[in-house]
Amino acid sequence: MNILIGAFKPPCNISISFVDGRTRKQVPWKKENGQTVMVPLFQSQENIVGEVLIEPQPGKKVEHTGVKIELLGQIELYFDRGNFYDFTSLVRELDVPGEMYERKTYPFEFSTVEMPYESYNGVNLRLRYILKVTVSRNYVSNIVEYQDFVVRNYTPLPPINNSIKMEVGIEDCLHIEFEYNKSKYHLKDVIIGKIFFLLVRIKIKNMELEIRRRESTGSGPNTYVETETLAKYELMDGAPVRGESIPVRLFLSPYELTPTYRNINNKFSVKYYLNLVLVDEEDRRYFKQQEITVYRLLETS
Amino acid sequence: MISDGVEDEDKWLAAGIAGLQQNAFYMHRALDSNNLKDALKYSAQMLSELRTSRLSPHKYYELYMRAFDELRKLEIFFKEETRRGCAIIDLYELVQHAGNILPRLYLLCTVGSVYIKSKEAPAKDVLKDLVEMCRGIQHPVRGLFLRSYLSQVSRDKLPDIGSEYEGDADTVVDAVEFVLQNFTEMNKLWVRMQHQGPAREKEKREKERSELRDLVGKNLHVLSQIEGVDLDMYRNTVLPRVLEQVVNCKDDLAQYYLMDCIIQVFPDEYHLQTLEELLSACPQLQPSVDIKTVLSRLMERLSNYAASSAEVLPEFLQVEAFSKLNNAIGKVIEAQVDMPAFGAVTLYSSLLTFTLHVHPDRLDYVDRILGACVKKLSGKGKLEDSKATKQIVALLSAPLEKYNNIETALKLSNYPRVMEHLDDGTNKVMASVIIQSIMKNKTCIFTADKVEALFELIKGLIKDLDENLHDELDEEDFKEEQNSVARLIQMLYNDNPEEMLKIICTVRKHILIGGPRRLPFTVPPLIFSSLKLVRRLQGQDKDTAAEEASATPKKIFLLLNQTIEALATVPVPELALRLYLQCAEAANDCDLEPVAYEFFTQAYILYEEEIADSKAQVTAIHLIIGTLQRMHVFGVENRDTLTHKATGYSAKLLKKPDQCRAVYACSHLFWVDDQDSIKDGERVLLCLKRALRIANAAQQMANATRGSSGSVMLFVEILNKYIYFFEKGNSQITVAAIQGLIELITTEMQSDNVTSDPAADAFLASTLRYIEFQKQKGGAVSEKYEPIKV
Repeated sequence: MNILIGAFKPPCNISISFVDGRTRKQVPWKKENGQTVMVPLFQSQENIVGEVLIEPQPGKKVEHTGVKIELLGQIELYFDRGNFYDFTSLVRELDVPGEMYERKTYPFEFSTVEMPYESYNGVNLRLRYILKVTVSRNYVSNIVEYQDFVVRNYTPLPPINNSIKMEVGIEDCLHIEFEYNKSKYHLKDVIIGKIFFLLVRIKIKNMELEIRRRESTGSGPNTYVETETLAKYELMDGAPVRGESIPVRLFLSPYELTPTYRNINNKFSVKYYLNLVLVDEEDRRYFKQQEITVYRLLETS
Repeated sequence: MISDGVEDEDKWLAAGIAGLQQNAFYMHRALDSNNLKDALKYSAQMLSELRTSRLSPHKYYELYMRAFDELRKLEIFFKEETRRGCAIIDLYELVQHAGNILPRLYLLCTVGSVYIKSKEAPAKDVLKDLVEMCRGIQHPVRGLFLRSYLSQVSRDKLPDIGSEYEGDADTVVDAVEFVLQNFTEMNKLWVRMQHQGPAREKEKREKERSELRDLVGKNLHVLSQIEGVDLDMYRNTVLPRVLEQVVNCKDDLAQYYLMDCIIQVFPDEYHLQTLEELLSACPQLQPSVDIKTVLSRLMERLSNYAASSAEVLPEFLQVEAFSKLNNAIGKVIEAQVDMPAFGAVTLYSSLLTFTLHVHPDRLDYVDRILGACVKKLSGKGKLEDSKATKQIVALLSAPLEKYNNIETALKLSNYPRVMEHLDDGTNKVMASVIIQSIMKNKTCIFTADKVEALFELIKGLIKDLDENLHDELDEEDFKEEQNSVARLIQMLYNDNPEEMLKIICTVRKHILIGGPRRLPFTVPPLIFSSLKLVRRLQGQDKDTAAEEASATPKKIFLLLNQTIEALATVPVPELALRLYLQCAEAANDCDLEPVAYEFFTQAYILYEEEIADSKAQVTAIHLIIGTLQRMHVFGVENRDTLTHKATGYSAKLLKKPDQCRAVYACSHLFWVDDQDSIKDGERVLLCLKRALRIANAAQQMANATRGSSGSVMLFVEILNKYIYFFEKGNSQITVAAIQGLIELITTEMQSDNVTSDPAADAFLASTLRYIEFQKQKGGAVSEKYEPIKV
């Protein structure tokens, strides 16, 4: 067995490390095998600097036709298995063809890398960034090593952030006016608002606010839309009467939200909605959905 | 079905408690291991048991109390957590992540309590946030309990004046605002409770609601406890807001309870100073609200307040408490058209009590109240409602008790008009109360006007108000009533004869319409009262009292004559006869011969025509003889006529012994000690002889009919008369006559066919002893007796 393992063992170990690996913030990232690992976090326009260490198995030499490192930004659509769309692809040649007998380190640097999209792990797709080291060989398969990293981009406070205010209703049955203090929320934001009951002729049991994520992929007839309810937050218990106003205060921090992504590389969008649901005593649901924009605010702390 | 429901409820409660305890157990474990995340999780789950809709408020309360206890532990944990370095503001956010609102809000209130204590944020801000967030619970029962929890955890943390949570200026306003808001919301929920669930269970729901009322009322209590609520704030903020809520909720149960609550929890002086505001709410309440009780309680409190110290009385005047209350009551009665008479009268009764306490000097107020009462009752005739009549009695009795003087009541022009609305029975009761008051306080009524008014009041006793009521009357009660009227007549008195005469005329006017059943009770006191006046006049100088003065004895006697005549209708001749004789005697003392003669004539007529009963005749004749004997006003002729008649009557009595006794009594008519003109020894002897003859005849008659000659008593009696006149110096009575009589008696007693009579024996023995005694006395007397042999 040992011989066998040894036979299939790659002839060398490749590891990728970052210069600031110790200090850089690490965030969890779910790999394709379902494991969550901690990976470094970058943002667009950062320098990605580090080194690649290649250690041939002791007593073995590695012949290669060149060593390179690539920085790839990929969109992977699950229903289109195997197809990656690289929206970013940078290459650095690390070594010219030759033979390698002992361990060798190659520093690399990608300066001010444009990484416009954030890493995203969705239902039907994944957007990820990787560093890919390839030791190219003739006749045998290349030796490849990947290092995931996460990109998050921060948005400044939006200059205009109107509240959402709307009057909705069913004629002669239910009229409400609701108001959320903003239309754009950052990930740790609080939704403040109120629901004002103008007319109540149905027996309402309770009211809740849902946060829904709508992920759409593809385009035209091949559009796949996936909606998830991330939060169900009860706002009211019991039946209100006319004139009652119910406060809303929903902290977003407990929920795993991402910023809103609009038409990323023409491949997908992720949008967020607030869904106000009123449930009557017969469990009928009356709802009104409003899109909100979620953005990532640079944490100053 | 119902028992099933209860069983189910018990089951649900048990399940709820079990769930709660289980989660509490895990919570405790988390608390012990300082695991905040689990503590929050399990406490939220624990509190989820309170989300049930299946329990009645009563059972829900049980569940709530258990949760409440657990939350205290959690609160301590939160406190420790902040000491361990957890920022309270973070905790405050953290608990709000809970998805279900009810557990979330319970936790929020719990953390909020710690938050205020930490003083990291002004108490007012936290409180405002809490009370605002609690709006999320719109379910009445759950909302009420949640807010009650909020009220409970916050009541020692209000930013009151002097409290450690007092912030910068005016925070007491925030404290008040907080409690008011919580109160308002709780009341809304409470009122809304009645609309929950099917209509057929309304009654049950109202009962359940009633059980929850203290949760709402507690807020008012908290308000009253806030130091910073001074009069100004109470007037400008607290009261208007509370009243607004009370009026707007349009629910009778809530309105009644809350009005009562306001009245009970806030201090008296506040009520007094804000009377107008408080009262203005009353007419706006639902018609079904028992407003009379509310107002009565208010007035009762104010009355007690007024009674508590004289120093507060000026306050009452200053705020014109009376007119405000009066107006308010008027408005309430106006607004509540359907209010039963009972309600209105109760209100007036309370107002009256209030007035008597606060404005004892303002009789006009009292009269105004009665006037308003009359107005309300007008057109209703007699009241049928026993509760209402009871209230009217209370209403009318109050001034009597307060002033202890009927005169006050007599000044109240509306007093009798109110009485008119009482049914006859109650009217009498009221009249009795009035009389008792007079008797108790020994009030003297001394003007004819007042007497007139008084009799107007007690006319229920004076005359028959309703013919057909007669039979129902208990004889005892009737006597009692009439006796009290008789006593009353004695209380009517004035030193001035003129006025007294007027009083007498007034009384007479009233009692004469009393009907035959009452006259025997009412006429005698009137007669005696009049005679008293006569006696007084008699003492006065006759010249001054004469001429222009109407109050002359003559006039009075005329009146008396007519009054006694009225008794003929009853008829009670014996009584009339006595009264005539009394009058005759009085006339005698006034030297009014014709008048006295007239009275005697009347008495004789009565004797002849009306008194048929032999026993009554005996009594009457003795009365006549006695009175006549004392008369000195008669001239010889008149006296002759009268004595002649009297002797004649005596001899015509039915029974011999009666005849005998009457005849020997007549002997006195001819011998009056202090009047020399009347010392007719001959006729005295004639009488005595005649008596002897009659006694003899009686003896024989007894012999003939019963075989025994009966008693010698009559003889002994006659003997005594002999001795009397003998001693008085009647020359016609000789020793021999006495001697003969004694012998006759002794012989009689020794004869066989005489039944021995110990009384007669003793009588004779003592008579003889008397003679012996007189003999031994010495002097003229013993000389006189000396010849008599015993």
